[in-house]
Amino acid sequence: MAILKGKKVIVIGDRDGVPGPAISACVETAGGEVVFSSTECFV
Amino acid sequence: MNSVIKSASYVLAHVPQMVIHNGTTQTTERVVNPDGDYLKELPKHLRSFKDCVEYWPNQVYIGNKTPEELEAVEFPYYDKNIDGASRYGKYGEIMPEDEFLLLAQTCDVFEVYYLTRDFVAATRPKLEADPIITDDIKGRIQEGIELSEIEKLVKEEAAEGLYLDGKLVGCVKRAHDIDVNLSAEVMHENIMNKATGVLSLLYLVRNAGINAADVDYVIDCSEEACGDMNQRGGGNFAKADAEIAGLVNATGSDARGFCAGPTHAMIEAAALVKSGAFRNVAVVGGGCTAKLGMNGKNHVEKDMPALEDCLGAFAILVSENDGVSPEINLDILGRHTVGTGSAPQNVIGSLVADPLERAGLTVNDVDKYSPEMQNPDITKPAGAGDVPQANYKMIAALSVKKGWIEKKDMPEWIKKHGLTGFAPTQGHVPSGVPFIGFARDGILEGKYKRVMIIGKGSLFLGRMTNLFDGVSYIIQTNTSAEESQNSVSRDEVKKLIAASLKEFANSLLGTEEA
Repeated sequence: MAILKGKKVIVIGDRDGVPGPAISACVETAGGEVVFSSTECFV
Repeated sequence: MNSVIKSASYVLAHVPQMVIHNGTTQTTERVVNPDGDYLKELPKHLRSFKDCVEYWPNQVYIGNKTPEELEAVEFPYYDKNIDGASRYGKYGEIMPEDEFLLLAQTCDVFEVYYLTRDFVAATRPKLEADPIITDDIKGRIQEGIELSEIEKLVKEEAAEGLYLDGKLVGCVKRAHDIDVNLSAEVMHENIMNKATGVLSLLYLVRNAGINAADVDYVIDCSEEACGDMNQRGGGNFAKADAEIAGLVNATGSDARGFCAGPTHAMIEAAALVKSGAFRNVAVVGGGCTAKLGMNGKNHVEKDMPALEDCLGAFAILVSENDGVSPEINLDILGRHTVGTGSAPQNVIGSLVADPLERAGLTVNDVDKYSPEMQNPDITKPAGAGDVPQANYKMIAALSVKKGWIEKKDMPEWIKKHGLTGFAPTQGHVPSGVPFIGFARDGILEGKYKRVMIIGKGSLFLGRMTNLFDGVSYIIQTNTSAEESQNSVSRDEVKKLIAASLKEFANSLLGTEEA
Protein backbone atom coordinates (compact mmCIF):
# COMPACT_ATOMS: atom_id res chain seq x y z
CA MET A 1 0.00 0.00 0.00
CA ALA A 2 1.60 3.23 -1.19
CA ILE A 3 0.45 5.44 1.67
CA LEU A 4 3.41 7.80 1.15
CA LYS A 5 3.05 8.05 -2.66
CA GLY A 6 3.97 11.51 -3.89
CA LYS A 7 5.47 12.47 -0.52
CA LYS A 8 9.00 13.65 0.01
CA VAL A 9 10.43 12.36 3.29
CA ILE A 10 13.22 13.54 5.55
CA VAL A 11 14.48 10.66 7.70
CA ILE A 12 16.34 11.10 10.97
CA GLY A 13 17.12 7.77 12.62
CA ASP A 14 18.39 7.06 16.11
CA ARG A 15 21.52 5.03 16.81
CA ASP A 16 19.90 3.27 19.77
CA GLY A 17 16.46 3.13 18.20
CA VAL A 18 15.60 2.67 14.53
CA PRO A 19 18.44 3.83 12.26
CA GLY A 20 17.98 5.96 9.14
CA PRO A 21 18.51 3.27 6.47
CA ALA A 22 15.86 1.05 8.10
CA ILE A 23 13.31 3.89 8.13
CA SER A 24 14.25 4.79 4.55
CA ALA A 25 13.59 1.23 3.42
CA CYS A 26 10.12 1.37 4.99
CA VAL A 27 9.39 4.77 3.43
CA GLU A 28 10.37 3.57 -0.03
CA THR A 29 8.23 0.46 0.36
CA ALA A 30 5.33 2.78 1.19
CA GLY A 31 5.92 4.77 -2.02
CA GLY A 32 7.64 7.79 -0.44
CA GLU A 33 10.68 9.56 -1.83
CA VAL A 34 13.51 9.91 0.68
CA VAL A 35 15.16 13.28 0.10
CA PHE A 36 17.44 13.13 3.13
CA SER A 37 18.34 10.27 5.44
CA SER A 38 20.67 10.32 8.37
CA THR A 39 21.23 8.46 11.61
CA GLU A 40 22.18 10.52 14.62
CA CYS A 41 23.62 9.64 18.00
CA PHE A 42 21.75 11.42 20.78
CA VAL A 43 24.02 10.30 23.58
CA MET B 1 45.13 -19.91 27.75
CA ASN B 2 42.65 -17.07 27.78
CA SER B 3 43.78 -13.69 29.08
CA VAL B 4 42.10 -12.31 32.21
CA ILE B 5 40.64 -9.09 33.57
CA LYS B 6 43.20 -8.29 36.26
CA SER B 7 41.75 -4.99 37.43
CA ALA B 8 39.54 -2.05 36.52
CA SER B 9 39.47 1.63 37.43
CA TYR B 10 36.86 4.34 36.98
CA VAL B 11 37.35 8.04 37.65
CA LEU B 12 35.38 11.26 37.26
CA ALA B 13 36.58 14.86 37.21
CA HIS B 14 33.93 17.37 38.26
CA VAL B 15 34.46 20.32 35.91
CA PRO B 16 31.44 22.66 35.98
CA GLN B 17 33.40 25.59 34.52
CA MET B 18 34.39 23.48 31.51
CA VAL B 19 30.68 22.79 30.94
CA ILE B 20 30.23 26.51 30.30
CA HIS B 21 33.42 27.16 28.39
CA ASN B 22 34.21 23.94 26.52
CA GLY B 23 31.10 21.79 26.00
CA THR B 24 30.12 22.03 22.33
CA THR B 25 26.42 22.64 23.08
CA GLN B 26 27.53 25.79 24.89
CA THR B 27 30.28 26.84 22.48
CA THR B 28 27.82 26.46 19.60
CA GLU B 29 25.19 28.46 21.48
CA ARG B 30 27.72 31.23 22.04
CA VAL B 31 28.11 31.49 18.26
CA VAL B 32 24.48 31.17 17.16
CA ASN B 33 22.57 32.63 20.10
CA PRO B 34 24.99 34.47 22.39
CA ASP B 35 22.30 36.55 24.11
CA GLY B 36 19.84 33.69 24.56
CA ASP B 37 18.36 32.58 27.88
CA TYR B 38 20.17 29.26 27.94
CA LEU B 39 23.66 30.65 28.48
CA LYS B 40 22.30 33.01 31.14
CA GLU B 41 20.44 30.28 32.98
CA LEU B 42 23.03 27.48 32.75
CA PRO B 43 25.36 28.68 35.56
CA LYS B 44 22.43 28.52 38.01
CA HIS B 45 22.01 24.83 37.20
CA LEU B 46 25.59 23.72 37.81
CA ARG B 47 26.08 21.41 40.79
CA SER B 48 28.44 21.86 43.71
CA PHE B 49 31.23 19.30 44.13
CA LYS B 50 29.39 17.91 47.17
CA ASP B 51 26.22 17.33 45.12
CA CYS B 52 28.25 15.72 42.37
CA VAL B 53 29.96 13.35 44.81
CA GLU B 54 26.70 12.44 46.56
CA TYR B 55 24.92 11.73 43.28
CA TRP B 56 23.85 8.09 43.11
CA PRO B 57 25.04 7.22 39.57
CA ASN B 58 28.47 8.77 40.28
CA GLN B 59 28.83 6.67 43.43
CA VAL B 60 28.03 3.58 41.35
CA TYR B 61 30.56 4.59 38.69
CA ILE B 62 33.45 4.73 41.19
CA GLY B 63 32.32 1.50 42.87
CA ASN B 64 30.95 2.65 46.22
CA LYS B 65 27.45 1.49 45.22
CA THR B 66 26.31 -1.21 42.80
CA PRO B 67 23.95 -1.03 39.80
CA GLU B 68 21.60 -3.34 41.74
CA GLU B 69 21.44 -0.81 44.58
CA LEU B 70 20.78 1.96 42.07
CA GLU B 71 17.90 -0.04 40.62
CA ALA B 72 16.15 0.15 43.99
CA VAL B 73 16.37 3.97 44.03
CA GLU B 74 13.24 5.76 42.88
CA PHE B 75 13.70 7.62 39.58
CA PRO B 76 14.80 10.40 39.04
CA TYR B 77 18.08 10.20 40.94
CA TYR B 78 19.26 13.81 40.98
CA ASP B 79 17.10 14.79 43.95
CA LYS B 80 18.07 11.77 46.09
CA ASN B 81 21.69 12.24 47.01
CA ILE B 82 23.63 9.98 49.37
CA ASP B 83 24.48 12.15 52.36
CA GLY B 84 28.14 12.05 53.31
CA ALA B 85 29.24 9.95 50.31
CA SER B 86 33.00 9.81 49.74
CA ARG B 87 34.87 11.17 46.74
CA TYR B 88 37.07 8.08 46.93
CA GLY B 89 35.73 4.72 45.78
CA LYS B 90 36.68 1.11 45.30
CA TYR B 91 37.57 1.69 41.63
CA GLY B 92 38.71 5.32 41.61
CA GLU B 93 37.61 8.77 42.63
CA ILE B 94 35.71 11.94 41.80
CA MET B 95 38.24 14.77 41.60
CA PRO B 96 37.19 18.41 42.15
CA GLU B 97 37.86 21.01 39.47
CA ASP B 98 40.70 22.84 41.22
CA GLU B 99 42.73 19.68 41.82
CA PHE B 100 42.00 18.46 38.34
CA LEU B 101 43.24 21.71 36.77
CA LEU B 102 46.51 21.25 38.62
CA LEU B 103 46.76 17.57 37.68
CA ALA B 104 46.26 18.62 34.04
CA GLN B 105 49.16 21.05 34.41
CA THR B 106 51.43 18.09 35.23
CA CYS B 107 50.33 16.45 31.97
CA ASP B 108 51.59 19.32 29.81
CA VAL B 109 55.00 18.64 28.30
CA PHE B 110 55.05 21.44 25.70
CA GLU B 111 54.65 24.53 27.90
CA VAL B 112 51.18 25.39 26.65
CA TYR B 113 49.35 25.07 29.97
CA TYR B 114 49.57 27.87 32.55
CA LEU B 115 48.01 28.49 35.95
CA THR B 116 48.33 31.52 38.20
CA ARG B 117 50.83 31.42 41.05
CA ASP B 118 48.07 31.99 43.59
CA PHE B 119 46.01 29.14 42.25
CA VAL B 120 48.94 26.72 42.29
CA ALA B 121 49.92 27.75 45.82
CA ALA B 122 46.37 27.25 47.08
CA THR B 123 45.73 23.98 45.26
CA ARG B 124 49.06 22.16 45.53
CA PRO B 125 48.47 20.95 49.14
CA LYS B 126 45.04 19.62 48.16
CA LEU B 127 46.29 17.66 45.17
CA GLU B 128 49.31 16.38 47.07
CA ALA B 129 46.98 15.10 49.81
CA ASP B 130 45.32 12.76 47.31
CA PRO B 131 46.92 9.36 48.06
CA ILE B 132 46.94 8.32 44.39
CA ILE B 133 49.18 11.20 43.30
CA THR B 134 52.73 9.91 42.92
CA ASP B 135 55.90 11.72 43.88
CA ASP B 136 56.78 11.94 40.19
CA ILE B 137 53.57 13.81 39.47
CA LYS B 138 54.04 16.08 42.51
CA GLY B 139 57.49 16.86 41.13
CA ARG B 140 55.97 17.96 37.83
CA ILE B 141 53.90 20.78 39.36
CA GLN B 142 54.99 24.18 38.03
CA GLU B 143 54.77 27.30 40.21
CA GLY B 144 52.63 29.25 37.80
CA ILE B 145 52.71 32.76 36.32
CA GLU B 146 51.04 36.10 37.01
CA LEU B 147 47.33 36.56 36.29
CA SER B 148 48.12 39.54 34.07
CA GLU B 149 50.19 37.31 31.77
CA ILE B 150 47.33 34.81 31.53
CA GLU B 151 44.82 37.58 30.79
CA LYS B 152 47.10 38.77 27.99
CA LEU B 153 47.40 35.27 26.51
CA VAL B 154 43.61 34.87 26.52
CA LYS B 155 42.92 38.30 25.03
CA GLU B 156 45.74 38.56 22.52
CA GLU B 157 46.91 35.03 21.76
CA ALA B 158 43.61 33.14 21.47
CA ALA B 159 44.45 31.05 24.53
CA GLU B 160 41.65 28.95 26.02
CA GLY B 161 40.82 30.15 29.53
CA LEU B 162 40.80 27.90 32.60
CA TYR B 163 38.28 28.92 35.24
CA LEU B 164 37.40 28.15 38.82
CA ASP B 165 34.17 29.45 40.35
CA GLY B 166 33.81 31.88 37.45
CA LYS B 167 37.30 33.37 37.82
CA LEU B 168 40.15 33.06 35.34
CA VAL B 169 42.94 31.00 36.93
CA GLY B 170 44.87 29.80 33.92
CA CYS B 171 44.93 29.11 30.20
CA VAL B 172 45.94 26.70 27.48
CA LYS B 173 47.92 28.27 24.65
CA ARG B 174 47.81 27.23 21.03
CA ALA B 175 50.75 25.03 20.08
CA HIS B 176 51.01 26.46 16.54
CA ASP B 177 50.16 29.82 14.99
CA ILE B 178 48.24 28.46 11.98
CA ASP B 179 47.60 24.74 12.42
CA VAL B 180 44.00 24.28 13.66
CA ASN B 181 44.91 20.79 14.88
CA LEU B 182 47.14 22.40 17.48
CA SER B 183 44.80 25.26 18.35
CA ALA B 184 44.23 26.23 21.97
CA GLU B 185 40.80 24.56 21.85
CA VAL B 186 42.22 21.25 20.61
CA MET B 187 45.18 21.37 23.00
CA HIS B 188 42.76 21.99 25.88
CA GLU B 189 40.57 19.06 24.82
CA ASN B 190 43.54 16.72 24.45
CA ILE B 191 45.27 17.68 27.70
CA MET B 192 42.03 17.12 29.65
CA ASN B 193 41.62 13.76 27.97
CA LYS B 194 45.20 12.92 28.87
CA ALA B 195 44.83 14.03 32.50
CA THR B 196 41.74 11.86 33.08
CA GLY B 197 43.46 8.97 31.32
CA VAL B 198 46.51 9.35 33.57
CA LEU B 199 44.33 9.41 36.69
CA SER B 200 42.56 6.22 35.64
CA LEU B 201 45.91 4.51 34.94
CA LEU B 202 47.17 5.43 38.42
CA TYR B 203 44.13 3.75 39.94
CA LEU B 204 44.44 0.79 37.60
CA VAL B 205 47.94 0.02 38.86
CA ARG B 206 46.81 0.45 42.49
CA ASN B 207 43.77 -1.77 42.04
CA ALA B 208 45.80 -4.50 40.33
CA GLY B 209 48.42 -4.53 43.08
CA ILE B 210 51.22 -4.50 40.51
CA ASN B 211 54.12 -2.17 39.82
CA ALA B 212 53.61 0.52 37.21
CA ALA B 213 56.66 -0.92 35.44
CA ASP B 214 54.85 -4.26 34.92
CA VAL B 215 52.48 -2.81 32.30
CA ASP B 216 54.06 -3.43 28.91
CA TYR B 217 51.41 -2.13 26.50
CA VAL B 218 48.71 0.56 26.60
CA ILE B 219 45.81 0.96 24.19
CA ASP B 220 43.94 4.28 24.30
CA CYS B 221 40.38 4.04 23.00
CA SER B 222 39.09 7.59 23.46
CA GLU B 223 37.38 9.63 20.74
CA GLU B 224 39.82 12.55 20.61
CA ALA B 225 42.55 12.92 18.01
CA CYS B 226 46.03 14.29 18.56
CA GLY B 227 48.27 15.21 15.68
CA ASP B 228 49.20 18.14 13.50
CA MET B 229 48.13 19.37 10.06
CA ASN B 230 50.14 16.66 8.35
CA GLN B 231 48.80 13.79 10.48
CA ARG B 232 45.57 14.93 12.05
CA GLY B 233 44.98 11.79 14.12
CA GLY B 234 48.56 10.58 14.34
CA GLY B 235 48.39 9.77 18.05
CA ASN B 236 49.44 8.57 20.51
CA PHE B 237 47.49 9.27 23.69
CA ALA B 238 48.34 5.82 25.02
CA LYS B 239 52.05 6.42 25.32
CA ALA B 240 51.56 10.03 26.42
CA ASP B 241 49.33 8.87 29.29
CA ALA B 242 51.73 6.04 30.16
CA GLU B 243 54.65 8.48 30.43
CA ILE B 244 52.98 10.62 33.11
CA ALA B 245 51.53 7.60 34.93
CA GLY B 246 55.03 6.13 35.24
CA LEU B 247 54.48 3.05 33.06
CA VAL B 248 58.14 3.13 32.04
CA ASN B 249 58.19 -0.25 30.32
CA ALA B 250 55.09 0.29 28.23
CA THR B 251 54.73 1.02 24.57
CA GLY B 252 51.29 1.53 23.11
CA SER B 253 48.95 2.79 20.46
CA ASP B 254 45.52 4.34 19.98
CA ALA B 255 42.49 2.39 18.79
CA ARG B 256 39.46 4.27 17.48
CA GLY B 257 35.90 3.21 16.76
CA PHE B 258 33.63 5.92 18.17
CA CYS B 259 31.72 4.49 21.15
CA ALA B 260 32.67 0.94 20.14
CA GLY B 261 36.36 1.83 20.63
CA PRO B 262 36.69 0.35 24.13
CA THR B 263 35.22 -2.99 23.08
CA HIS B 264 37.49 -3.22 20.04
CA ALA B 265 40.43 -2.28 22.28
CA MET B 266 39.54 -4.93 24.86
CA ILE B 267 39.40 -7.63 22.18
CA GLU B 268 42.76 -6.45 20.82
CA ALA B 269 44.24 -6.43 24.33
CA ALA B 270 42.97 -9.95 25.02
CA ALA B 271 44.46 -11.15 21.73
CA LEU B 272 47.82 -9.47 22.40
CA VAL B 273 48.07 -11.19 25.78
CA LYS B 274 46.76 -14.58 24.66
CA SER B 275 49.24 -14.61 21.76
CA GLY B 276 52.10 -14.00 24.18
CA ALA B 277 53.12 -10.72 22.52
CA PHE B 278 52.56 -8.75 25.74
CA ARG B 279 51.85 -9.76 29.33
CA ASN B 280 49.97 -6.82 30.87
CA VAL B 281 47.96 -4.62 28.52
CA ALA B 282 46.15 -1.56 29.88
CA VAL B 283 43.13 -0.31 27.95
CA VAL B 284 42.47 3.34 28.80
CA GLY B 285 39.78 5.82 27.81
CA GLY B 286 40.06 9.45 28.87
CA GLY B 287 37.30 12.03 29.20
CA CYS B 288 35.73 14.27 26.60
CA THR B 289 35.29 18.01 27.23
CA ALA B 290 33.19 18.45 24.07
CA LYS B 291 30.34 16.37 25.51
CA LEU B 292 30.06 18.33 28.76
CA GLY B 293 26.53 19.72 29.05
CA MET B 294 25.53 18.00 25.81
CA ASN B 295 21.88 17.78 26.94
CA GLY B 296 22.12 20.91 29.07
CA LYS B 297 19.36 22.78 27.25
CA ASN B 298 16.82 20.13 28.21
CA HIS B 299 18.09 19.97 31.78
CA VAL B 300 17.85 23.74 32.19
CA GLU B 301 14.44 23.84 30.52
CA LYS B 302 13.18 21.22 32.99
CA ASP B 303 14.69 23.14 35.89
CA MET B 304 16.99 20.33 36.94
CA PRO B 305 20.76 20.28 37.50
CA ALA B 306 22.97 20.20 34.40
CA LEU B 307 24.05 16.63 35.10
CA GLU B 308 26.72 16.34 32.42
CA ASP B 309 29.32 18.12 34.54
CA CYS B 310 31.96 15.40 34.78
CA LEU B 311 34.72 14.10 32.57
CA GLY B 312 34.64 10.32 32.82
CA ALA B 313 37.52 7.92 32.33
CA PHE B 314 38.36 4.28 32.86
CA ALA B 315 41.18 1.79 32.53
CA ILE B 316 41.13 -2.01 32.38
CA LEU B 317 44.15 -4.28 32.83
CA VAL B 318 44.19 -7.41 30.67
CA SER B 319 46.83 -9.89 31.85
CA GLU B 320 48.13 -13.42 31.47
CA ASN B 321 45.93 -16.08 33.02
CA ASP B 322 46.54 -16.18 36.77
CA GLY B 323 44.20 -19.12 37.35
CA VAL B 324 41.75 -16.94 39.31
CA SER B 325 40.65 -13.76 37.54
CA PRO B 326 37.75 -13.81 35.07
CA GLU B 327 38.71 -14.61 31.49
CA ILE B 328 37.94 -12.97 28.17
CA ASN B 329 36.65 -15.71 25.89
CA LEU B 330 37.82 -14.87 22.37
CA ASP B 331 35.89 -17.85 20.97
CA ILE B 332 32.58 -16.04 21.51
CA LEU B 333 32.92 -12.71 19.71
CA GLY B 334 30.02 -10.73 18.30
CA ARG B 335 30.81 -8.72 15.20
CA HIS B 336 28.81 -6.27 13.15
CA THR B 337 30.32 -6.66 9.70
CA VAL B 338 30.10 -4.50 6.58
CA GLY B 339 27.41 -6.82 5.25
CA THR B 340 25.34 -7.00 8.44
CA GLY B 341 23.12 -4.01 7.64
CA SER B 342 21.62 -1.49 9.99
CA ALA B 343 18.21 -2.92 10.85
CA PRO B 344 18.01 -3.21 14.66
CA GLN B 345 17.37 -6.96 14.53
CA ASN B 346 20.46 -7.42 12.34
CA VAL B 347 22.58 -5.33 14.70
CA ILE B 348 21.52 -7.14 17.86
CA GLY B 349 21.59 -10.46 16.01
CA SER B 350 25.21 -9.97 14.99
CA LEU B 351 26.32 -8.75 18.42
CA VAL B 352 24.33 -11.04 20.72
CA ALA B 353 22.46 -13.93 19.09
CA ASP B 354 25.01 -15.03 16.45
CA PRO B 355 28.03 -15.44 18.78
CA LEU B 356 25.92 -17.29 21.35
CA GLU B 357 24.49 -19.63 18.72
CA ARG B 358 27.96 -20.36 17.36
CA ALA B 359 29.00 -21.37 20.89
CA GLY B 360 25.91 -23.53 21.38
CA LEU B 361 24.46 -21.11 23.95
CA THR B 362 21.30 -19.01 24.26
CA VAL B 363 20.68 -15.59 25.80
CA ASN B 364 19.73 -17.33 29.04
CA ASP B 365 23.29 -18.66 29.47
CA VAL B 366 24.66 -15.15 30.04
CA ASP B 367 23.94 -13.71 33.49
CA LYS B 368 24.30 -10.02 32.68
CA TYR B 369 24.53 -7.93 29.52
CA SER B 370 26.34 -4.59 29.49
CA PRO B 371 25.47 -2.62 26.33
CA GLU B 372 25.29 1.19 26.36
CA MET B 373 25.18 2.09 30.05
CA GLN B 374 24.14 5.76 29.84
CA ASN B 375 22.56 7.17 32.96
CA PRO B 376 18.81 7.61 32.20
CA ASP B 377 18.67 10.56 34.60
CA ILE B 378 20.59 12.43 31.89
CA THR B 379 19.01 11.02 28.74
CA LYS B 380 15.31 10.69 29.59
CA PRO B 381 14.67 14.41 30.24
CA ALA B 382 16.44 15.10 26.94
CA GLY B 383 14.08 12.84 25.00
CA ALA B 384 16.69 10.19 24.26
CA GLY B 385 14.92 7.66 26.49
CA ASP B 386 16.49 5.00 28.68
CA VAL B 387 19.26 3.75 26.41
CA PRO B 388 20.20 0.56 28.34
CA GLN B 389 16.52 -0.41 28.54
CA ALA B 390 16.09 0.17 24.79
CA ASN B 391 18.99 -2.20 24.18
CA TYR B 392 17.58 -4.84 26.55
CA LYS B 393 14.16 -4.66 24.90
CA MET B 394 15.81 -5.30 21.56
CA ILE B 395 17.79 -8.27 22.91
CA ALA B 396 14.68 -9.69 24.58
CA ALA B 397 12.54 -9.20 21.46
CA LEU B 398 15.10 -10.99 19.32
CA SER B 399 15.24 -13.78 21.89
CA VAL B 400 11.47 -14.21 21.60
CA LYS B 401 11.84 -14.52 17.83
CA LYS B 402 14.55 -17.13 18.36
CA GLY B 403 12.28 -19.06 20.73
CA TRP B 404 14.71 -18.62 23.64
CA ILE B 405 12.19 -16.83 25.86
CA GLU B 406 8.42 -16.38 25.94
CA LYS B 407 7.04 -12.98 25.00
CA LYS B 408 5.24 -12.68 28.32
CA ASP B 409 8.54 -13.24 30.14
CA MET B 410 10.33 -10.31 28.49
CA PRO B 411 10.01 -7.85 31.43
CA GLU B 412 11.22 -10.47 33.91
CA TRP B 413 14.09 -11.47 31.62
CA ILE B 414 15.16 -7.83 31.26
CA LYS B 415 15.09 -7.38 35.03
CA LYS B 416 17.19 -10.49 35.59
CA HIS B 417 19.75 -10.01 32.81
CA GLY B 418 19.74 -6.22 32.49
CA LEU B 419 21.32 -3.36 34.40
CA THR B 420 20.35 0.17 35.33
CA GLY B 421 22.45 2.76 33.49
CA PHE B 422 24.83 4.80 35.62
CA ALA B 423 27.57 6.12 33.33
CA PRO B 424 28.14 9.72 32.25
CA THR B 425 27.26 10.51 28.61
CA GLN B 426 30.88 10.70 27.53
CA GLY B 427 30.56 8.76 24.27
CA HIS B 428 32.92 5.80 24.53
CA VAL B 429 32.89 5.84 28.36
CA PRO B 430 29.38 4.36 28.85
CA SER B 431 29.79 1.79 26.06
CA GLY B 432 29.77 -1.61 27.78
CA VAL B 433 32.95 -0.92 29.71
CA PRO B 434 31.51 0.63 32.95
CA PHE B 435 30.30 -2.77 34.16
CA ILE B 436 33.62 -4.62 33.73
CA GLY B 437 34.69 -3.86 37.32
CA PHE B 438 31.41 -5.16 38.72
CA ALA B 439 31.51 -8.13 36.32
CA ARG B 440 34.98 -9.05 37.57
CA ASP B 441 33.90 -8.82 41.21
CA GLY B 442 30.62 -10.67 40.57
CA ILE B 443 32.35 -13.54 38.76
CA LEU B 444 34.97 -13.85 41.51
CA GLU B 445 32.15 -13.97 44.09
CA GLY B 446 30.38 -16.68 42.08
CA LYS B 447 27.40 -14.41 41.43
CA TYR B 448 27.84 -14.56 37.65
CA LYS B 449 29.32 -17.15 35.30
CA ARG B 450 29.18 -15.17 32.09
CA VAL B 451 28.82 -11.47 31.34
CA MET B 452 28.54 -10.08 27.81
CA ILE B 453 30.07 -6.67 27.05
CA ILE B 454 28.62 -4.99 23.97
CA GLY B 455 30.10 -1.92 22.27
CA LYS B 456 28.28 -0.01 19.55
CA GLY B 457 29.72 2.79 17.45
CA SER B 458 28.15 5.52 15.29
CA LEU B 459 30.61 5.48 12.41
CA PHE B 460 28.29 7.63 10.30
CA LEU B 461 29.13 10.67 12.47
CA GLY B 462 32.52 10.83 10.71
CA ARG B 463 30.75 11.15 7.33
CA MET B 464 33.03 8.54 5.79
CA THR B 465 30.46 5.75 5.77
CA ASN B 466 26.83 5.24 6.63
CA LEU B 467 27.74 2.01 8.36
CA PHE B 468 27.00 1.27 11.95
CA ASP B 469 29.54 -0.69 14.01
CA GLY B 470 29.70 -2.95 17.01
CA VAL B 471 31.55 -5.82 18.64
CA SER B 472 30.94 -7.90 21.75
CA TYR B 473 32.79 -10.40 23.91
CA ILE B 474 32.14 -12.58 26.94
CA ILE B 475 33.84 -12.41 30.31
CA GLN B 476 33.57 -15.75 32.09
CA THR B 477 34.65 -17.67 35.19
CA ASN B 478 38.31 -18.72 35.05
CA THR B 479 38.54 -22.10 33.34
CA SER B 480 42.29 -22.69 33.47
CA ALA B 481 41.90 -25.33 36.24
CA GLU B 482 39.47 -27.29 34.04
CA GLU B 483 41.76 -26.87 31.06
CA SER B 484 44.74 -28.29 32.96
CA GLN B 485 42.61 -31.23 34.17
CA ASN B 486 41.56 -32.02 30.63
CA SER B 487 44.97 -31.52 29.09
CA VAL B 488 47.96 -33.83 29.06
CA SER B 489 50.97 -32.79 31.13
CA ARG B 490 54.53 -32.50 29.79
CA ASP B 491 55.59 -35.62 31.75
CA GLU B 492 52.66 -37.55 30.36
CA VAL B 493 53.67 -36.53 26.83
CA LYS B 494 57.23 -37.75 27.50
CA LYS B 495 55.91 -41.07 28.77
CA LEU B 496 53.64 -41.46 25.74
CA ILE B 497 56.55 -40.76 23.35
CA ALA B 498 58.86 -43.15 25.26
CA ALA B 499 56.22 -45.89 25.15
CA SER B 500 55.70 -45.35 21.41
CA LEU B 501 59.45 -45.46 20.71
CA LYS B 502 59.78 -48.62 22.81
CA GLU B 503 56.93 -50.21 20.93
CA PHE B 504 58.48 -49.18 17.60
CA ALA B 505 61.90 -50.55 18.64
CA ASN B 506 60.32 -53.81 19.71
CA SER B 507 58.50 -54.06 16.42
CA LEU B 508 61.80 -53.54 14.53
CA LEU B 509 63.52 -56.17 16.64
CA GLY B 510 60.62 -58.50 16.05
CA THR B 511 60.88 -57.94 12.26
CA GLU B 512 64.65 -58.66 12.20
CA GLU B 513 64.19 -61.77 14.31
CA ALA B 514 61.51 -62.94 11.96
